[in-house]
Amino acid sequence: MSLLAEVTGSLGSIGYGLAAIGPGIGVGIIFGQGVQAIARQPEAYGVIRQNMILGFALTEALALIGFVAPFVFGA
Amino acid sequence: MSGELTAVAAEGGCHLSVGDCGFPAPGSEIFFFDEVASWTIFNTEISVTKPMILLWISAIVVIAVFVAAFRKAKVVPKGLQNVAEYGYLFVRDGIARDTIGKEGDRFVPLLFAFFFFIWMNNLMGIIPFAQFPVTSKFAIPVAFATIIYLAWVPLGIKRQGLGPFLKSMTMPPDVPKAMYVLLIPIEILSNFIVRPFTHSVRLFANMFAGHMLIATFSIAAWYLFPTDLISDPDALSFLGLLGSAASTVVTIALTGFEFGIQALQAYVFTLLAAVYLNDSVNAH
Repeated sequence: MSLLAEVTGSLGSIGYGLAAIGPGIGVGIIFGQGVQAIARQPEAYGVIRQNMILGFALTEALALIGFVAPFVFGA
Repeated sequence: MSGELTAVAAEGGCHLSVGDCGFPAPGSEIFFFDEVASWTIFNTEISVTKPMILLWISAIVVIAVFVAAFRKAKVVPKGLQNVAEYGYLFVRDGIARDTIGKEGDRFVPLLFAFFFFIWMNNLMGIIPFAQFPVTSKFAIPVAFATIIYLAWVPLGIKRQGLGPFLKSMTMPPDVPKAMYVLLIPIEILSNFIVRPFTHSVRLFANMFAGHMLIATFSIAAWYLFPTDLISDPDALSFLGLLGSAASTVVTIALTGFEFGIQALQAYVFTLLAAVYLNDSVNAH
């Protein structure tokens, strides 16, 4: 079978770029909705902020695993 | 700085203007240190490295600060006691009581110790001469996450009983019966297997990435600096000077950014620990 396409170079960087798409969108949604919630109900700021940071941390983990994976499995 | 970086610096450095050395991009090797001291006891080698020393220092600093603050506690706090009480109230009201509810006070010592110990370990990343976040060694967040895991799982079994605890952890209510075929394996995987993994990886990867970023820009500032600016000034050396200055500014900005991330990650780790403990204490 002949090779039709090949990706060379730093595959880890490409992997990280792919891994960052989802969490990027997710973190954007979380903070966008969080700011909206605070604007609607400023008195609930404490609870909203806490849950916002919690959601951010849970979402961000995926991108971070994508960042670390090339160092673990690379070379 | 690791062995390789120190070696490069000692040789007079690798600059863009010097010739064909290429950009010495930092890899994971900057997280491995030569041992400072080493003993062999019972055929087992025990070595002391820089992260270990920093870990001890952070433990001592945290203990010293709070002992100094509360040794002669006054009803009307002043100075250091004020700051320490603010920190205590932050963990008690902001994390324990908000997340676990009225039973949260029992877990304040655990959460309090974790929050400040992790924060101090993270802060080692930007303290001059230490400049290595201890939590960017994976073993250390793993140890922290293991302690939390070994706290909340037995606690849940003790409080709720094995059956009800597993039911509350793996069977979300108000779901069609047929969906449990799909849900139970997913919940087991996410609550008992992936949970301790992401709990530790989150802290580790944040500190790892932050340290790597600072290292990359510091090396770029060094690498782009034109050594021939006075002897042989040309367009390239001025461009190098510009790049070097920009990298220096970015390094300083990233250090400030890291300061925020370090506090945030210590908070997130403690908050998640409280959320996990809440799963055991309050059945849902």
